[in-house]
Amino acid sequence: MIHIDRRLIRNFDWITLLVVLFLTIVGIMTIYSATRPAVGMGEQPDFYYKQLVWLGLSVIMLFAMTSFDYIWLYRLSYPMYAIGIMLLLIVLFMGKSTMGAQRWLNMGFFSFQPSEFFRILFIVAFSSYLSNLGSDSRGSIPARGLIVFCVVPLILLVKQPDLGTAILLLALFSTLFISQGISKKIIVVVAIIGLIALPFVGHIVWDGMKDYQKNRLIAFMDPEVDPSGIGYHISQSKITIGSGQFFGKGYLNGTQGPLRFLPEKHTDFIFAVFAEEWGFAGCLVLIGTYFILFLRGLDTAAKAKDQVGRLMAIGITAMFFIYFVVNIGMTLGIMPVVGIPLPFVSYGGTALLSNYIAAGILISIRTRRFELFY
Amino acid sequence: MVSKKKIQLGLLVVTGVLMVILLRLVQLQIIDGTMYRQQSENNRLRILSSPAPRGIIYDRNGVALVKNVPFYSVYIMHDPARRVDTAALSSLIGEDRQDIETRLNRKDNSPFVPIRLKQGLSFQEVARIEARRSDFPGLFIQTDVGRSYPFGKTGAHVIGYLGKMTPVQAGSPAFSDLPPETLVGQWGVEALYDKQLRGVAGGRVIEVDALGREHRLVRQEPSVRGKDVVLSIDIRMQQAVEEAFGDKAGALVALKVDTGEVLALESLPSFDPNQFTDGISSADWQKLVEDKRKPMMNRALQSQYPPGSTFKIVTAIAGLEEGVITPDTTVNCTGGISYGKWTFGCWKHEGHGNVDLHKAIRESCDVYFYEVGKRLGIDRIYKYAIALGLGKPTGLNLLKERAGLIPSTEWKRVKRGQDWYLGETFNSSIGQGYVAVTPIQLALMTATVANGGSVLEPTLIKDPKEVRTKSKIDIKSETLRLVKNGLSAVVNEEGGTAKVAESSIVKIGGKTGTAQVVGKTRGLLGERYMDHAWFVALAPVDKPEVALSVFVEHGGHGGSAAAPLAKKAIEAYFADRAALNKETKTGAALPGTKSPGTGRAE
Repeated sequence: MIHIDRRLIRNFDWITLLVVLFLTIVGIMTIYSATRPAVGMGEQPDFYYKQLVWLGLSVIMLFAMTSFDYIWLYRLSYPMYAIGIMLLLIVLFMGKSTMGAQRWLNMGFFSFQPSEFFRILFIVAFSSYLSNLGSDSRGSIPARGLIVFCVVPLILLVKQPDLGTAILLLALFSTLFISQGISKKIIVVVAIIGLIALPFVGHIVWDGMKDYQKNRLIAFMDPEVDPSGIGYHISQSKITIGSGQFFGKGYLNGTQGPLRFLPEKHTDFIFAVFAEEWGFAGCLVLIGTYFILFLRGLDTAAKAKDQVGRLMAIGITAMFFIYFVVNIGMTLGIMPVVGIPLPFVSYGGTALLSNYIAAGILISIRTRRFELFY
Repeated sequence: MVSKKKIQLGLLVVTGVLMVILLRLVQLQIIDGTMYRQQSENNRLRILSSPAPRGIIYDRNGVALVKNVPFYSVYIMHDPARRVDTAALSSLIGEDRQDIETRLNRKDNSPFVPIRLKQGLSFQEVARIEARRSDFPGLFIQTDVGRSYPFGKTGAHVIGYLGKMTPVQAGSPAFSDLPPETLVGQWGVEALYDKQLRGVAGGRVIEVDALGREHRLVRQEPSVRGKDVVLSIDIRMQQAVEEAFGDKAGALVALKVDTGEVLALESLPSFDPNQFTDGISSADWQKLVEDKRKPMMNRALQSQYPPGSTFKIVTAIAGLEEGVITPDTTVNCTGGISYGKWTFGCWKHEGHGNVDLHKAIRESCDVYFYEVGKRLGIDRIYKYAIALGLGKPTGLNLLKERAGLIPSTEWKRVKRGQDWYLGETFNSSIGQGYVAVTPIQLALMTATVANGGSVLEPTLIKDPKEVRTKSKIDIKSETLRLVKNGLSAVVNEEGGTAKVAESSIVKIGGKTGTAQVVGKTRGLLGERYMDHAWFVALAPVDKPEVALSVFVEHGGHGGSAAAPLAKKAIEAYFADRAALNKETKTGAALPGTKSPGTGRAE
């Protein structure tokens, strides 16, 4: 099961590993800066240290993922997906009976968020399912697949509510479906149904949204009308980024985070803190690094030895890309506020771990591109 | 299958989206970068002005007339992008919600200059607000400096008061460099010497966080204390005057005859300047303005009435100088003279008999002065009245004075289009009819007589660097001697109309006057129709140092109503020296004596 042969080391995807390590180091540095207390206001919180510990664990997991053939993922994908769905159900019911996620956070150092791992289980399982359909699918999928991989997880996530992951899931579903091959008929039908249903769906969605979610949407559409101060967050984020100018204020010289003008400074808005201190020049480097990650991911997909590897590579790359765009778009004020972290950079142990697992799968696919399928 | 085409499409999407993000970064960090940098500075910096301690106002003996007292105010740093729960804020600080919202939403609010929500907090309020401060980001308490006036109503018209800048003031260049909530002088010396007293406000630039907590002092500019002002007035004299007036309305002005320094300037009823420092309520202000007794009017400068018999000093000097009378000229007073179909009476209906100048002044014989006036003619009386400082503002720059009126044939022709009648000369020569003066003008006239003919510009500053002589009138020393003798006789000789003003401390000279109130001749009674009482005085009469005028509204006769007030004021001024004389005799130490300069330390 576990091969460590010379071919594997020779073909190892060092670039992806270096890219994610670089992003994580930048992240930890920025977490340190963002959470550093203002002069004379207490001690440095240990967020950066916790993230460092998580990084250690994550790197181990990454190597573990690369060390065995992803064919095992393919083989185990359905049972694992079933476990994932079960976990979502448990969160839903446990959450209700135990005053929500608060209980989960209080469980100590390890705060476990099943939806963080579910997105990977979903990519693996849906890729396996699509590749099993093979060319028989002829541009469509059976209703069974639609229910299992779209309707059920969406309902569970919206109920939770985890709108961010739900949107991601829908986007991944579409991306993978399109990648597999989708008939023009379906696109046309979905488009027509979508257009007709939009007002109704919009109404249902609007009614179904929590107040804070509505407020975020309103604030994005019109920051002047700001029922909850979300517009304040967006405007502070823009100030933080803009004030970096070309060369930035310098590392540890940012003021917006330590002085608490910026909310969620070390999680969702960490890009703003980075942009404030490193300026446009630093942003070019950071975004360039992400560009390499995405290119590498697409290239891995193109070079994968089989369809399931190709789909998984596309799914993982798309996941990184969607998180990146939604998060940075939010801090830049060009997308609504959705609580999505910046992959590899934002503070958050579970997310880091699951992203490293995803990166490990990506590396595994690339490393084994020349192997014969058996 | 995943075709190459689809991978290329993915590459296109990724590149396109990254380009959009980069363009947005260019916009935020490069195009608008300077603006956002500025906003982030504003975010973290709070500019607090530290008002300069205002200069202290002292009286001529070094008694502090004002105090700087600290008081607490609650401020908020308001970011318009952040919602403030004004209802909760309103219940916390006890100000009207509407009022708070108006303050927060003013267009000229700066995001880094705090807005004052309430001032003059009690300790309980401070404690309550401090305890709940974290609920309201940007809320904080600061100590401001206010003003208190330990002497209250006494001298209020001279000292004045502080108040918030009016919108007109806020827009004028003289006040442009002041923080918006600064209290500025609005009345009296506080307003007149505002710039000098004000000093230069300092400032502190403090780095704060989003909750308004202070982290670091970025920059500090110390404030420069305002300069003190030492006034010429003697607060003890003012107190004596206020006490002596009791409930009466009126005014007293006392001048130092050689310098024009105002020793006392009282206008009653007065107001309490302490009412204004915390921001007077509109109800209180309305009450002050609508009070029928007009406490806000400075009667010393702004009320004008006929001077009555005090004007006989002018007539006497004119007569002697023009040679129409000599000291020995006598007139037989039978209680009145007839002119055409009119009779001009003397106040003493049974008559004074044969009257010379000395007796005429002492007993204030009207008939004698009718005769002098008749010999002079109105225009020569006019010439001397003007030369002695009447009929025009004295130039004390405290506030706009009324000019008074000295009639002449030309005045009557131009203003009334009528010829002058001799009967009007009679009235004018005893200070009735058209003649009108303000209390300060009469004091200045008396000072001019006392100092030998120099019309000085009155000043409120002690020991002025230069004594401003507005004009000089040459009066023969013999004339001055005769008039002063007459004035001395009024107070010190039997039969004098102001015998009540005779003092054991200092020899006072003076002249009574009564300004007739129109209603009285119609037989109406009651205080509203009582005559106004005047008295002018100088002391010591042999070598005058102080000249003053007293005016008592509806006081009745000058001798009984006004003269005793003058005596009390003069005695208060000379009290130290009287005590000092006693001390040199007894060798006892004198408690409570203040030399200029003591009591100046804060």
